[in-house]
Amino acid sequence: MRDSVGTVRTVLLLGGRSEIGLAIVERLVREGAREVVLAARGGVAEPPAALAALGAKVHSLEFDATAPDTHTATVDGAVALVGDLDVVVDAFGVLGTQADYEADPAAAARAAAVNYTGHVSAGLAVAARLREQGHGALVVLSSVAGVRVRRFNFVYGSAKAGLDGFAQGLADSLHGSGARVLVVRPGYVPTRMSAHVDPAPFPATPAQVAEAVSAGLRSGATTVWAPRVLAPVFAGMRLMPRPIWRRLGR
Amino acid sequence: MASQPERPVLLTGWGRTAPTAARVVRPRSAAQVARALAEAGPRGVLARGLGRSYGDAAQAAGGTVLDCTELTGPIRLDADRGEVTVPAGVSFERLIAHLLERGYFVPVTPGTRQVTVGGAIAADVHGKNHHADSSLGAHVRSLTLAAPTGETLTLTPDGGDAELFRATLGGMGLTGVVTEATLAVLPVETSYMRVDTDRTDSLDATLDLMSRTDADYRYTVCWVDLLAKGSAMGRGVLTRADHAGPRDLPPALRRDPLRHRAGSPLAAPPWAPPGLLNSWTVGAFNAVYRGAAPRRRRGEAQPIAGFFHPLDAVRGWNRLYGPHGLVQYQFVVPFGAEDTLVRIMEGLSRAGAPSFLTVLKRLGEGTGGHLSFPRPGWTLAVDLPAGLPGLGRMLRRFDELLLAADGRLYLAKDGRADAETVHAMYPDLPAWRKVRERVDPDGVLVSDLARRLRLL
Ligand SMILES: Cc1cc2nc3c(=O)[nH]c(=O)nc-3n(C[C@H](O)[C@H](O)[C@H](O)COP(=O)(O)OP(=O)(O)OC[C@H]3O[C@@H](n4cnc5c(N)ncnc54)[C@H](O)[C@@H]3O)c2cc1C
Repeated sequence: MRDSVGTVRTVLLLGGRSEIGLAIVERLVREGAREVVLAARGGVAEPPAALAALGAKVHSLEFDATAPDTHTATVDGAVALVGDLDVVVDAFGVLGTQADYEADPAAAARAAAVNYTGHVSAGLAVAARLREQGHGALVVLSSVAGVRVRRFNFVYGSAKAGLDGFAQGLADSLHGSGARVLVVRPGYVPTRMSAHVDPAPFPATPAQVAEAVSAGLRSGATTVWAPRVLAPVFAGMRLMPRPIWRRLGR
Repeated sequence: MASQPERPVLLTGWGRTAPTAARVVRPRSAAQVARALAEAGPRGVLARGLGRSYGDAAQAAGGTVLDCTELTGPIRLDADRGEVTVPAGVSFERLIAHLLERGYFVPVTPGTRQVTVGGAIAADVHGKNHHADSSLGAHVRSLTLAAPTGETLTLTPDGGDAELFRATLGGMGLTGVVTEATLAVLPVETSYMRVDTDRTDSLDATLDLMSRTDADYRYTVCWVDLLAKGSAMGRGVLTRADHAGPRDLPPALRRDPLRHRAGSPLAAPPWAPPGLLNSWTVGAFNAVYRGAAPRRRRGEAQPIAGFFHPLDAVRGWNRLYGPHGLVQYQFVVPFGAEDTLVRIMEGLSRAGAPSFLTVLKRLGEGTGGHLSFPRPGWTLAVDLPAGLPGLGRMLRRFDELLLAADGRLYLAKDGRADAETVHAMYPDLPAWRKVRERVDPDGVLVSDLARRLRLL
């Protein structure tokens, strides 16, 4: 339950090794969260020491994004560990490279399953729980890559576009239920996952994304961009003529 | 037979923070209360009154909330026994009007008339007369409790189940639903108060004057100015009063001395920008408020409504705090722990906390309710904008000071403390749980407050 000064007690991270996800969790723990569930394939055997050092109790949970049949059980497992879920951070995903995907269509479809359909089953399982408990927030890590899909990473981008639309629809379906969805649209975030791509303008660190998420959770926002300047930048990008858009490298 | 699942409704306390959704049912009789308890779903049931507790005491996320404001009916005054029997959903507004017309007053009233009898018992509310008369629980002669076991229990302070009676005073709705209560009443000759007002120039002067003269009056309270700087911090306006007799009234009022004018409230605007109440606007308000108070005035006749419930004059004033809402921090520290009181007041002052409702009072003996708040000592209540940066951290620091000084927080005002802190502040919690488990073995009664503070 969020308290009257906006502090939450429990956090579930789907994608328990995600750097951005962990930065968000750490931020929430610094602000007072006391119970954390890190859910990832094979569990998270060695959670970041910082979380426990900050006073949180850290649990590990098996979660396989590609096994949608198990997602409700994962959510139930988290509830069994910590009770009501105050914040669920949906941060799992793979980036890959466009060239590899074009060379291996099956691999592209598998990546799309992690980046899109996995979130559909996980998101709906989480939403059902939040609706039942009458409170809670689902933080969905979308990306500017999905705002307008680009030639250079359209497999990843199209999955994010689907996810972004899914999350917005889910948010509307939860309206009035006490539960809510916060869609997060980071730009380029230098992490292990993005180490192989060239830096893009307006980067944000995981900590900055976390700060934006924390502020969005407090203010009741439905969408946050990190950095914030990306909102007007992408408002402009959407208007860019297709022939120019097509040629944009990054 | 489960009734139609209705759309959930978002509920908050008076502070308008942390909404959660619940199905709301409006029982109109004790039988309907019993049925709602019997039909409880997995997320539990909770009674709610007029929602004047500030935090999450009257919410039950995902569960069923029994809005008890339609548990009304005739008010039965028994003048010979000096008591009144009243359905739990009746408001103090209605009860006070009913009693005053007949020459009686409630034994205790909180700072607003917009509370139900059930909500007042569940919080074991205190008033400006706590030092003289203790809290409401001391004046409850009996109460009817609908328990989740399906029983309807009549509880008295020294009858068969005195333990459950105590557990219900201040029990925050977690021992059952109060459907009716019999309260002792206070005979009065007029609907006025005879009020003495003094302005003080420093915190020391405030504390000193209160300590010396509390015993001389039935009612006392001090409004303090935390935004004043330097030695003026903690200066205040102290009002002390007793019920007025006819001779205390100006001749024009003597003809109809019991006439009660509650007035119709002004409405606050439905929306206020975030940050409307900041240290500048509130500082200005404080200066004007204090300036308008007389330095020293004796024997002024004030209507009961104005003396006890000045805030009721503005309907929906909580909205002035904007979309983030407000947090009230109320604590008590034992007499002798004045240094803790002063440190917290200085902390608030340093933070420039824009509180225009800062109230200081001395409390007397408690009622023995396991979770009842009042105990002998100083109590301070401060209203703070929930969006104030660093508020959570500052209040956690204050909690630590309170713990070290054997102080405690008031659950009816809380929406943010952590479980360990509150457990340490209420040593009778384990005993309360034992009593509770007896009447609610399946854990049907639950609230957001109970979940957050792990009371059950
Ligand atoms: C402006 C203002 C001034 C105040 N001043 C004071 C003051 O001076 N002293 C003081 O002590 N308090 C004060 N309060 C707090 C208020 O008196 C309490 O919070 C009181 O409990 C509110 O009553 P309610 O009917 O609104 O109950 P709610 O806020 O709706 O509920 C409060 C609690 O009572 C329980 N409850 C409600 N009805 C029943 C029932 N029928 N049976 C069992 N449990 C029930 C609920 O479950 C909940 O735990 C003030 C509040 C405001 C807004």
